[in-house]
Amino acid sequence: MAESILILLILLPLAFAAFTSWMPRRHAPTVALLGTSIALVLGVYAAFIFDWNITGRYQFENTVEWLPALGISLKVGVDGVSMLLLLLTLLLGPVCVLASLTAITDRVRTYYAWLLVLQAAMTGVFVARDLILFYTCFEFTLIPMYILISLFGSTNRRKAAIKFFLYTFTGSIIALAGLVYVAWHASEHAVSGGWTFDLDRLMIAAADLPPSAQGWVLAALLLGFAVKVPLFPLHTWLPLAHTEAPTAGSVILAGVLLKLGTYGIYRLAIPFVPAAFAEFAPYLAALSIVGIVYGGLICWVQTDIKKLVAYSSVAHLGFCVLGMTAGNEIGLSGSVLYMINHGLSTGALFLLIGMVYERYHTRDMGQLGGLAAKMPVWSTFMVFFVMSSVGLPGLNGFISEFMCLLGAFQSADGWGMGLWGSAAPEGVFLPGSTPGLLGPWYAALAGVGMIVAAIYLLQLTGKVVWGPLVEPAGHGDGAHHGHQHTAHEAGHDAPGAHNTLHPASPSPAGNQQRHSNLPADLNAREIGILVPLAALCLFLGVYPKPSLVAISGSVKQTAAIMREAGVFSKRPATLPPAEQPTPVEATPSAPREAQSGAQAAAKPSEAPPGAVTLSGHGGMSR
Amino acid sequence: MTIADRLSFLWPEIILFGATCGVMMLGLSKHRSTRKLCAPVSGIALIAAGVAAWLTTPGPDTVTAQTGQLLFPGLALYGKGMIAVVGVLMLLLVAGTVDRADEEHIAARRARFNPLSSNRAEFYSFFLFSLTGLMLCAGADDLIWLFLALELTSLPTYIMVTMSGASAGSWMAWRNKSQEAGVKYFFLGALGAAVFLYGFALIYGGTGSTNLNEISDHIAHQGLNSLTMTGLLLALAGLGFKVAAVPMHFYTADVYEGAAAPVSAFLAFTPKTAGFLGIILLCGCMGWNYPPHGLAEAPSAAGLWSPDPAGNSLPEPIRLMLWVIAALTMTVGNVLAILQNSIKRLLAYSSIAHSGYMLVGVMVGPGAADGPFGKNGVAAVLFYLFCYGVMNLGAFAVVAVLERTPGRLADAQPGEVHEIESIDELRGLCRTRPLLGWVMAICSLSLLGLPPLVGFFAKAPLFTSAISAGEITLVVVLGINSAIAAYYYLRLVRCVMLEDPDPASPPTNESPFGSRRLAGVLSAAGVLVLAVGGNAVMRTAHHAAAYRAADATDARHADLHRPDPSPGQARAATDAP
Repeated sequence: MAESILILLILLPLAFAAFTSWMPRRHAPTVALLGTSIALVLGVYAAFIFDWNITGRYQFENTVEWLPALGISLKVGVDGVSMLLLLLTLLLGPVCVLASLTAITDRVRTYYAWLLVLQAAMTGVFVARDLILFYTCFEFTLIPMYILISLFGSTNRRKAAIKFFLYTFTGSIIALAGLVYVAWHASEHAVSGGWTFDLDRLMIAAADLPPSAQGWVLAALLLGFAVKVPLFPLHTWLPLAHTEAPTAGSVILAGVLLKLGTYGIYRLAIPFVPAAFAEFAPYLAALSIVGIVYGGLICWVQTDIKKLVAYSSVAHLGFCVLGMTAGNEIGLSGSVLYMINHGLSTGALFLLIGMVYERYHTRDMGQLGGLAAKMPVWSTFMVFFVMSSVGLPGLNGFISEFMCLLGAFQSADGWGMGLWGSAAPEGVFLPGSTPGLLGPWYAALAGVGMIVAAIYLLQLTGKVVWGPLVEPAGHGDGAHHGHQHTAHEAGHDAPGAHNTLHPASPSPAGNQQRHSNLPADLNAREIGILVPLAALCLFLGVYPKPSLVAISGSVKQTAAIMREAGVFSKRPATLPPAEQPTPVEATPSAPREAQSGAQAAAKPSEAPPGAVTLSGHGGMSR
Repeated sequence: MTIADRLSFLWPEIILFGATCGVMMLGLSKHRSTRKLCAPVSGIALIAAGVAAWLTTPGPDTVTAQTGQLLFPGLALYGKGMIAVVGVLMLLLVAGTVDRADEEHIAARRARFNPLSSNRAEFYSFFLFSLTGLMLCAGADDLIWLFLALELTSLPTYIMVTMSGASAGSWMAWRNKSQEAGVKYFFLGALGAAVFLYGFALIYGGTGSTNLNEISDHIAHQGLNSLTMTGLLLALAGLGFKVAAVPMHFYTADVYEGAAAPVSAFLAFTPKTAGFLGIILLCGCMGWNYPPHGLAEAPSAAGLWSPDPAGNSLPEPIRLMLWVIAALTMTVGNVLAILQNSIKRLLAYSSIAHSGYMLVGVMVGPGAADGPFGKNGVAAVLFYLFCYGVMNLGAFAVVAVLERTPGRLADAQPGEVHEIESIDELRGLCRTRPLLGWVMAICSLSLLGLPPLVGFFAKAPLFTSAISAGEITLVVVLGINSAIAAYYYLRLVRCVMLEDPDPASPPTNESPFGSRRLAGVLSAAGVLVLAVGGNAVMRTAHHAAAYRAADATDARHADLHRPDPSPGQARAATDAP
């Protein structure tokens, strides 16, 4: 059971997707709910038998031969990080089904079948231990999402869907070239000379990639993953896709699909090309900071709630990447936690927006206001999740955001340190600085983004939740039936920004028959899907230790890989072959000392090995 | 080797040729039931040929005097097997392409059977003739043989194109179109044949032999002189016509559009496979062991390109030509496919693009003698040919099944049917005809190369082998092209899966020939099955690409397959240090 549980988790939703498409249409939601629930139960069971003491090691490993001629196998396994992300995926499964019960009334079977296929593909990404399996699932998320957006989205859905597909597909193809290059490198060094896409073997082999190649491989991988994240200049598909997608689609996009990009960076880009990643970390960090601030500023001027939350994802994922580029344990932990937390809180925000949209058929902030009077329960949840998203201490967003910023702050014995450390007087103890190329300035600039985030999210709350009651015409007390949907006919392919704000039914057949059945405030089902998310947000915010422990093993390894890459000291961009990083398993028990030792060797005047005070390292900049 | 030895090597071709003669007579019978036997007899012959190939054609591991003479000892077996399998699928598809109206009239007793106007016999026999030629290509060991085989493959297709339109109905516009297509195809095909024949002649002039094996030995030991080089360049350019490589691609879209859909599907596989087999054999003559790009010094004073034991690339001029042609072919094919509205033109341009992908594999070559599948470009091409044959056939099958009656056209005759033209007519196919819709969706996604469908696993070895050979730039071009291709394949997928049926377009009905639907379903199933169990085919392709390098340093490897000393090996032994 334990060995096959992961493969079962991939196959189960697929089987239920098949059932769903054969069932009578009124049973489709039930079957889908059943499938996702069984998967969730299985996942929770897996979490129980998972050995949380060795989170750095892959468990439930299982290998099934697939195409041995090409070295491709179905190899699966999870460590702490993938386990958490897997659980998040599985949790969002039933949530999405429940959230769609009233919103989707047309082509129900198609909808739920693809939702289940999507879940299988996402599960596959997080459990894959074979590069091609990873890539297959990574790519195959596109088709269900494409279909969900272009069939069940709102007005501009076709454009959004095709843009989403082409952006991510192009990126992934380039990433594939980089990944295959790594695999080629591994095959050249393998005893048999054959191809293998086994991630464990690739990671060992990748350790001696020549530095000149590392840069290119990183560029290729980032093109694929940064589009998915999305990192600043490649983010333009996201607001459109998010805004046009049906509620469950947005939830999955925000909750899991964006994480595929960061997970790809964390799982593949850093271990494969740590030296290049560390080398370019400042640039990546700069891009993510631009994303944080730029995304935030755009949110500030948004009038479409959904678009606002979509852009806020650009900003939030910026923090996530920033934490990764810090390269220290705190930053990486924060980044991984951010993946989970962002999935919970932004997913919930999209759910909430979907609930309002189902009632009022608008997402325009000008037409919505003061809903606290009308929908107290909704407003409570809205404020709660907005606070979680802002990063209010005590809620989950704070922990991860703070850790990302702290990681970036401390990641400074390079030039960033020089800027700050030269101002620090001798002997002043600034604890915890770790080798890295970022520094306080990065954290400070990203911190601006936090302020902007607070501004736009509180502004949103202030307008929509508090303030005078504003409702779109025809939605006054008891007037839910009077609303006519005229836009959905004309709006097929009609471009233009105003269309997205215009009241329009989410799918051609619309949901006008059903929305009037909804009470003014949330019903039990809707509360039921929000409560677990809220509870998790609260739990992770108040007591984040279990999750930190869960990811610590993997994060430690990754941080060690980056330290081992030995690029945090000032060294030339291309190392001579002799100085190439050693393989992963050679991580010394005290890599910190090794690192300092290396620096000490390079600069005899430097502080003795083991010095962890900021001033000790600051010495080298003087 | 006596002619009898050679004949025993040709059982599949002999069977097909026998069936060709039989079908030609069956189709002229007065009795309808006898005439109807044409297709089953062809099918049985194809299956028998496949079985015969399995039983009698030596594989790479079976050492015979015959295989010792071949550059790719396993190519014949793989090629013939693949041709038999895809041939059966194509046969299912071509049912009813010709004589449909006539047969309906005869069945309704409105007309009598007229052997002069009946095309059925010719059509099926040309079909088999072409496949016979294709099988001969796979086993070619001589330039003359190769030329004859290529022509035997191509000449029937010119007639099939013309016939398919003329007899499918009497709609003048379409008939003219198919005749125009046939004539265009014939003249350009003849030009291409002339070019590669000229090339063959120059190769003969440069090496003094028409035997591929002797040419290979000659080149290995004396280098490529400029005459041979010119000949090879010309021959490859001429063969580029067969595979529809840019800039020899101009006929493709018009011909595919003019021919009936089943014949277009036939064209997308048969001449292309023949061309690739020819290109692989010609490149095999030179060998892929010249100094790699950048290290190549200018040809020596004598104008020779000499093989180098450490080399891993084609001679620089050839490599450069193939590089440019491959990059151009995929880019032009994909970009032009985006602009198309006609489904057949779209598939035609996409078939051009796929030729570009495969040229990458040919350029890369078989890699090291004992290398794995993923580093063997030739094996990748062979695998791709098979996968492409299957998935492309599925897409064409959907087009072939859907037809409509041209009700309002002035010169339309009762009972006459037309094929669908525009992509928009496929709208909502998954809802109106779920089976066909899914076939189209699966095959398009597979052609796009989306994992986990077989198109991805066919493209992956091209990727891996090209990276192994250091052709990173070309891999990036290949990647970008896959992304461009996503645009139009996705459009197809969107049409069939997501859009609602277009009320404005004339209603379509399904072809009465159930075998066409069967061909589509089998292709789609093949796409899925190959994705899961493609390993066996990959292995076979890998064996098929085992290359008998003529270089002295690789003679050890060649010895395994050649117990009897042939002239080339004897020379290799004397030249060895």
